[in-house]
Amino acid sequence: MLPALTDPTLFRAPAATARPPDLIAEGLVCRRGERLVFAGLSFRLSAGGALILTGANGSGKSSLLRLVSGLLAPAAGRLSWGTIPAAADLAAHHAQLHYVGHLDALKPAMTPREMLVFWSALRGQKLPRSELAIDRALAAFALEAIADWPCRWLSAGQRRRVALARLLAVPAPLWLLDEPSSTLDNDSQDRLEAAIAGHRAKGGMVMLATHTPIALDAAVSLALDAFTPQPDDFDPDVAD
Amino acid sequence: MAGFLGLFRRDLRLAMRQGSDTGLVLAFYVLAVVLFPFGVGPEPEVLGRVAAGILWVAALLAALLSLDRLFQPDFEDGGLDLIALSPLPLEFAVLAKCAAHWVSTGLPLALVSPALALVVDVEPRAIGSLVLSLLIGTPGLSLIGSVAAALTLGARRQGVLLSLLVLPLYVPLLIFGAGAVEAAALGTGPRADFLLLGALTLAALPLCPWASAAALRQALE
Repeated sequence: MLPALTDPTLFRAPAATARPPDLIAEGLVCRRGERLVFAGLSFRLSAGGALILTGANGSGKSSLLRLVSGLLAPAAGRLSWGTIPAAADLAAHHAQLHYVGHLDALKPAMTPREMLVFWSALRGQKLPRSELAIDRALAAFALEAIADWPCRWLSAGQRRRVALARLLAVPAPLWLLDEPSSTLDNDSQDRLEAAIAGHRAKGGMVMLATHTPIALDAAVSLALDAFTPQPDDFDPDVAD
Repeated sequence: MAGFLGLFRRDLRLAMRQGSDTGLVLAFYVLAVVLFPFGVGPEPEVLGRVAAGILWVAALLAALLSLDRLFQPDFEDGGLDLIALSPLPLEFAVLAKCAAHWVSTGLPLALVSPALALVVDVEPRAIGSLVLSLLIGTPGLSLIGSVAAALTLGARRQGVLLSLLVLPLYVPLLIFGAGAVEAAALGTGPRADFLLLGALTLAALPLCPWASAAALRQALE
């Protein structure tokens, strides 16, 4: 039995208020090709919670985020919202989350504002309403001055800020952030921390993989190294 | 629906701004067709006899040239992850991308074909059928091509692999497309060819996005 599962507070009854259900992972196993990346990984994330993923390179932080996003299917284990498995309705699961990965998904020939309009439309937002949200998102990451430049002129940090502005342009309860601050300067990191704090205050959840320290109140840390399979854990068919 | 239109418009906008994609496809089409009179000789009887085949094969190769740009840029910059995570079903996302691909490649090919028809001595009365056959057939080229483009996503030497996969699948479209032009030139009536060409494109309409989406999901794993 895993230590995390024996924690008596882990499966406490859900509160009676209309809070969004918790995101619960039980015994997740991730396999990439023939390599077992992690096994037996469990966590629980409640409304307003933050989970910081730490671990060495290759310990599976990015894989876990892709797995939670539903882009990657777990080899074993389950992911659920309260009692409802996420895999039961992947489209509904996708609507619950934002994923900001290593790649910023910006087109060199388009401007940050156009990218945000496109992403909002892709998530089903109607234009006049989404424009307000987009302006707010651009302002939150201090992008107003460069909002109408082609993305090919932007630096790595500016590009990352545009990708992060997506989080605010369309609301979604769960943010999956993969090394969000790796290219950000101090001011932008402060803005990111403020955006995350605001999101959590409204009951949002954050899962974040990072190497650089980031200031988040009451964040739970999940060290992925603890779930790296030992050599004798390997399935003999897989290990050779 | 907002997502479908958004993706369609974005792809069109990218094609217009970058311009080179459509331009290259058209330039390739013109050059490939113009080469034939040099190789085969300028005699109208000889050229006119093979003209339908030339125009269709060249259109097919020109469409092939742009297929690797269908998903590759979105795959490389992470945009495909976001498209897969959006409420728009991946099948419809593929359909939107195919529609944009057709408007930026297939449609211009069909529109320049009358000028090229003169270069290779197509019977004047068959030129209308040529344009119509390309208008009906090129959406099929985009749709069938999307399956191969999705399957070869991330592969080394993608371009070569893609051609090997997709060219055999283009054969039915080529047969009935060129057949329609030939029937119109001979005066035997291209109706049957048009119907079969339309049937192929219509069959590709639901089947190809479904297959492409499955291949894309595999590529994103």
